[in-house]
Amino acid sequence: MSTAEKPSYKVIGTRPIRHDGVDKVTGRALYGADIKLSRMLYGATVRSPHAHAKIVRIDTSQAELMPGVRAVITSEDVPEQGDRVVELGEGAVNMRHLAANVMAREKVLYKGHVVAAVAADDVHTAEEACARIEVEYETLPPVLDLLKAMSADAPILNDDIRTESIGSAPSGSDQQTNVAKHFMFEKGDIKQGFADADIIVERTFDTAMVHQGYIEPHNATAHWNADDKITVWMSTQGTFSARQQTAELLLMPVSSVKVVPMEIGGGFGGKISVYLTPLAALLSKKTGRPVKILMSRTEVFEATGPTPGSHMRVKLGAKSDGTLVAGEAWIAFEAGAYTGSPIGAACMCVFACYDLPNGQVEGFDVCVNKPRTNAYRAPGSTHVAMATETLVDELCEKLKMDPTEFRIKNAAGEGTRRVDGPVYPRIGMVETVEAIRDSEHYKTTLDGKFCGRGVASGFWFNVGLKSSVSATVNSDGTVALVEGSTDIGGTRTSIAMQLAETLGIAAEDVNPVVVDTDSIGYTDITGGSRVTFSTGIAAINAAISIQEQMCQRAAILWETDAENVRYEEGHLVGPSDQRLSFRELAEKLRELGDAVVGYGTSGSETQGGAFGTHCVDVEIDPELGKVQILRYTIAQDAGTAIHPSYVEGQMQGGVVQGIGWALNEEYWYDEQGEMHNPTFLDYRIPTCYDVPMIDTIIVEVPDPQHPYGVRGVGEVPICPPPAAIANAIYDALGIRMTELPMAPHRVLAAYLGRNTDD
Amino acid sequence: MSNKRVVTATINEETAEFLCEPRQTLLEVLRDSLNLTGTKEGCSNGNCGACTVIMNGHAVVSCLVLGVEAEGAEIQTIEGVSCDGSLNEVQSAFLEGAALQCGICTPGFIMQTEALLAEKSNPTEDDIRFYLAGNLCRCTGYDKIVRAVMAAAEQRQVTTG
Repeated sequence: MSTAEKPSYKVIGTRPIRHDGVDKVTGRALYGADIKLSRMLYGATVRSPHAHAKIVRIDTSQAELMPGVRAVITSEDVPEQGDRVVELGEGAVNMRHLAANVMAREKVLYKGHVVAAVAADDVHTAEEACARIEVEYETLPPVLDLLKAMSADAPILNDDIRTESIGSAPSGSDQQTNVAKHFMFEKGDIKQGFADADIIVERTFDTAMVHQGYIEPHNATAHWNADDKITVWMSTQGTFSARQQTAELLLMPVSSVKVVPMEIGGGFGGKISVYLTPLAALLSKKTGRPVKILMSRTEVFEATGPTPGSHMRVKLGAKSDGTLVAGEAWIAFEAGAYTGSPIGAACMCVFACYDLPNGQVEGFDVCVNKPRTNAYRAPGSTHVAMATETLVDELCEKLKMDPTEFRIKNAAGEGTRRVDGPVYPRIGMVETVEAIRDSEHYKTTLDGKFCGRGVASGFWFNVGLKSSVSATVNSDGTVALVEGSTDIGGTRTSIAMQLAETLGIAAEDVNPVVVDTDSIGYTDITGGSRVTFSTGIAAINAAISIQEQMCQRAAILWETDAENVRYEEGHLVGPSDQRLSFRELAEKLRELGDAVVGYGTSGSETQGGAFGTHCVDVEIDPELGKVQILRYTIAQDAGTAIHPSYVEGQMQGGVVQGIGWALNEEYWYDEQGEMHNPTFLDYRIPTCYDVPMIDTIIVEVPDPQHPYGVRGVGEVPICPPPAAIANAIYDALGIRMTELPMAPHRVLAAYLGRNTDD
Repeated sequence: MSNKRVVTATINEETAEFLCEPRQTLLEVLRDSLNLTGTKEGCSNGNCGACTVIMNGHAVVSCLVLGVEAEGAEIQTIEGVSCDGSLNEVQSAFLEGAALQCGICTPGFIMQTEALLAEKSNPTEDDIRFYLAGNLCRCTGYDKIVRAVMAAAEQRQVTTG
């Protein structure tokens, strides 16, 4: 659907076959694990069996004696970082913590924390050698509970952490603590706001730690050459970020590291941090041979970067006419072993869908003995959407207001100032709610004793950041497009389509390739829903440059000045109405001066923001507590959908991840900090048998910051599902679920508890 | 190593002979010894389906089959579903239906779909969802995969009459 008069595009909005598709349906596409180099060794890691312990002694001698073992490394081989904070593209990172996360130094802070690594002739020998490395630990009490970790008498994980205050007065305390950050955002006067409210709702919510669950485990192959040039082949969301992290960790200049991006088997935020790369590089340095390390699935669960568990208390107040007047939130996130959870983003997102006159949000980043958390699709926003959107549903129930009507009445719009300060440009929140309200799904009555319907909305910022592309015109009229954005979900095509649209040629006549860090200008990560937006702008800029150069070449041919040549819909038009197609001129370029190469860059900080509203029907088995999704509709503002199939794909994929988070997924820790479900059998992500078709409504409210109006679409679809499902469960059973996941035992306990109360 | 066995199997309609240790999985042999890296590793414990191949007419997860068990077997991998360089109906349907994003699970889904269509040429949506439930995809939400399998079944019926 469209909300404005839509410009007529020739390529944008069509559904060409993706450029990398044939390689991916034939098995020819090369992923990180597929690389094989001459004289390559295989690595494996020794990992801590304890969640919290001091490393007393490591004895590698038995391993080193084994035939076929070529090198062993421990933290002694990893350069000391000292007190350094480095900007790594996704925020400032304490290098001592990053180094210690890659290889534990003095202490292990979670089960699965690497303490040593081996390179051997084959992976089995490497694994056997790991088993022969003796590590003596002095165990410490694990800190696993968020609230206990915050208390003054909790065991301390990192002795160098003091609470950093953001938006509030510094604590001034030199006390060691697990609370790494304290956020405070305020707007208006919440005391007065709640005093003015006729209805106030308040609840406490808990959500479990969950994992991105990409199907491809982490991998890295590195070769440290004799000239101190390091080449890395890996699966990463950001080659330049991986290059910088690797270089900083090894105390080498960034220019000494080249990262070659292999195809990436899913990331969702989890393939930004490096884990294996510095280890492979150090093992390669010791052996002079390339070293490849692959993670097992269990290592991925136990020791990469899941997204935090959370504890939240949220309160909303509204007038009896349905006007939201005040909101207050207190949010604590598990950072894991080191600081860095997305708590800041959570604080900014919690009331982001609404025009809230009075608000206060307080957030805490808390270290616990679990893996260091990382970004996961709209990091932090899904947690807080569970809280806010559940309370909005409760307000609607008390006000006897339709949930779409309430949301339309209170929706954030152009000019709304968020609690944390920024003022929205043109956004499409209202339009997504209207799309759900007007959908066939919402208009259809749902019958059934244990059936219910829920609605929820969600927000994600979407970032801009830097991208570079170059594009060369071939003599057959095609364009070779070189870019630095690793392609996880079809962005080669969405970028190529924008270049093609600008040049007035077919998408199929653009050949996009993703290249290594020595072969293209700086490009930030594939994350923040930024690639189609930002790398798209870079491609458009490259195309505009090509247009200018083609006009110059045509001017040579027509013996006129370049300003007399117009570029019109893929054609060059001269002053006497001479006309050549892009292809016709390309065929003549050999005789017409320099090669035609367009460069384009982009670097805006922000996009306009993405909103979505979802509607779900569920049926609950009252004897098992199992929630079945009957029907699901998502409406999302895509700005302008470049390739609608892949926009729908992002929406559907995000929804199903959200369904998994809502109903099944969680890290089960015992009291010692051991995860008891580190396999896909027990950490159960949705299968195709668990979900129905996911109906999509693409809303298009163009973002004025992009020439074609693109908004990123990748992340926001994961935000609303848990709350939408919780609201549907309430509609079905009359119980408010406040803990994720809403697994059968929790739903059943809540349902039986309600019956007992009755 | 001294304890390697010689194993002979038919892989993608050609005789293949390889050396393998008893502890090596078929997945490892396919990828590391035979360079058939189209078969993907996602979990190595049979839970994700990314390494699905067809062995003696049945879909198996190759991470749960030992290399030595391949002796005398007929095995088809993603590299062998279409030997003439063109795409078959299932591959085309995945491509045209945008039924992949990152693509790591795609070979496994295509092999499982081949096994399904060999058993049931006209599956319902429920048949498809049940049969493919052992193959995990984290990107697509399955919608476009299920539709691609429906389209492939229809196309194959047209082609084979």
